[in-house]
Amino acid sequence: MISVLKSGLMTTIQDIGRYGYQKDGVIVSGAMDQQAHRIANLLVGNPADAATMEMTLMGPVLEFQEDAFIAICGGNLTPMIDGESVAMWKPLYIKKGSELRFGQPKQGFRCYLSIAGGFQVRKVMGSSSTYLRANMGGFEGRTLEKGDQLRFGHSDFHLPYSTEQLKPADKTISFKETSWFVGPEFTNYTRDDQPIRVMAGREFELFTEKSKEQFFNDPFQIDSKSDRMGYRLNGGTLKLENKKDIVSEAVTFGTIQVPPDGNPILLVADHQTTGGYPKIGQVASIDLPRVAQMRPGESIRFTPISHQEAQRLLLEKEKNLKQLQRGIETKRL
Amino acid sequence: MNISIHPLGDQALLIDFGESINEKTNQQVRQAAAQLDEQKPGWMIEYIPAFSTLTILYNPYYIAKQIGSQDLLPYEWARTEVLALLSQSSTYHSEERTIEIPVCYGGEWGPDLSFVASHNSMSEEEVIDTHMNGDYLVYMIGFAPGFPYIGGMNKKIAAPRRDDPRLSIPSGTVGIAGEQTGVYPIETPGGWQLIGRTPLKLFEPDRDRPSLLQAGDRIRFTSINEAEYKQLKEGEQ
Repeated sequence: MISVLKSGLMTTIQDIGRYGYQKDGVIVSGAMDQQAHRIANLLVGNPADAATMEMTLMGPVLEFQEDAFIAICGGNLTPMIDGESVAMWKPLYIKKGSELRFGQPKQGFRCYLSIAGGFQVRKVMGSSSTYLRANMGGFEGRTLEKGDQLRFGHSDFHLPYSTEQLKPADKTISFKETSWFVGPEFTNYTRDDQPIRVMAGREFELFTEKSKEQFFNDPFQIDSKSDRMGYRLNGGTLKLENKKDIVSEAVTFGTIQVPPDGNPILLVADHQTTGGYPKIGQVASIDLPRVAQMRPGESIRFTPISHQEAQRLLLEKEKNLKQLQRGIETKRL
Repeated sequence: MNISIHPLGDQALLIDFGESINEKTNQQVRQAAAQLDEQKPGWMIEYIPAFSTLTILYNPYYIAKQIGSQDLLPYEWARTEVLALLSQSSTYHSEERTIEIPVCYGGEWGPDLSFVASHNSMSEEEVIDTHMNGDYLVYMIGFAPGFPYIGGMNKKIAAPRRDDPRLSIPSGTVGIAGEQTGVYPIETPGGWQLIGRTPLKLFEPDRDRPSLLQAGDRIRFTSINEAEYKQLKEGEQ
């Protein structure tokens, strides 16, 4: 059991998302940064669909009521155990009675805590993800609050190291970490400020020449009202050549649509299933984890990519992540 | 069939059956969806039917395995699969369901009924009658869990959205916005003119099929009184 002593800014339980019910209007939700979420699970030997804790900018304060194996991945929100700074992107043993808290955010926006066995919440429609607007899934359908008690599983995981390796002999030590960690090729994206790669959307050609140029040349500001549903991007005067009514159709994580005011909206994890605004672009899946780590107020720039190239890079990245998984698994030996 | 297929990003494709909103196009969308239900291809994650499009989320890694060393991208492969699927003659016959939605019209359940009546120079009873006698089709579910996009409302009872949207509209509320009628499945803010409320749960996460209504359903609104509303509401708990 883990006790929440302080909630943090917005802390929720998430997983790979709730698929299969979009035809009923049910949003997918799930972790905003699927790369950090996935690696965090890999590091503690969890299956890919295990639930992790998503923290936003200001992390929570958690007290561990029992020994646990955990990993902290994603944006660097300065994790500390019993006042001592602790490494990210590697497995950690944390002793019963220890306190995990987060300091000043250093880099990125969202951080993921995984725990061997996974956070145990009642699955709704096959998923542990929190869907805040419908108050369902996750921990009682809401963000975590002070006083919450979180359960985690004790089976169904295969630690990529022996417990003896990581459990310290010295019983007074509150945590211990492995000497190895996930390489920078998998973690550097949180500080990569290259433009976000975007494929042309279905209505791209309907925008004015000036709008198309502006979209790929000018920076946009991420509005402070941005949330897990969408990033509102300020600074645009994007216009269609001719006014056109768009019939509502499906949108996905990464769709960029443009309402009549000319400021684009980048749809993210909690996006509605369908939308009726013209779609100027679609973020390449490989760059979605970078989008998830951007903060309101930051500026965002776009650069074009073909959907062929985006798909090729996506397959390559999957290969690399599979390799990382095998690498972590060999640490058992 | 005049259809086209487009990529929606690098993990989904969209089948476009034509631009306009009409029953025939929508029927084609549902037919394709039914074929996918029947075949349940392993490369598909899920599909999302809309007015005139069907979007398929596919698993590019699964497809990459199927393709093996062929010099082909998952999108191209999936596109070919979809074309083959659509060219098959289907034995599918839409089993038309008619769902009856009991509504307690007016009063505290539908505070804008009088506005809709005066806006259209009708009596409240005439509005209710007209609303009950529409030939309604659910074109798609979207916007919110279980929210039906319904076609077929009589234009005589059309009413503009409110200038000041309400911050909270209770679930089950039946409303009118422009030439559309709809039912709110979950509590949400909104600018619709509210004419009544149904005790039915349009969305229930723990049901096998969480949404009561599905694309292709016909709807019949019936009128109930407060006592019946309360009785039915209890049965729904």
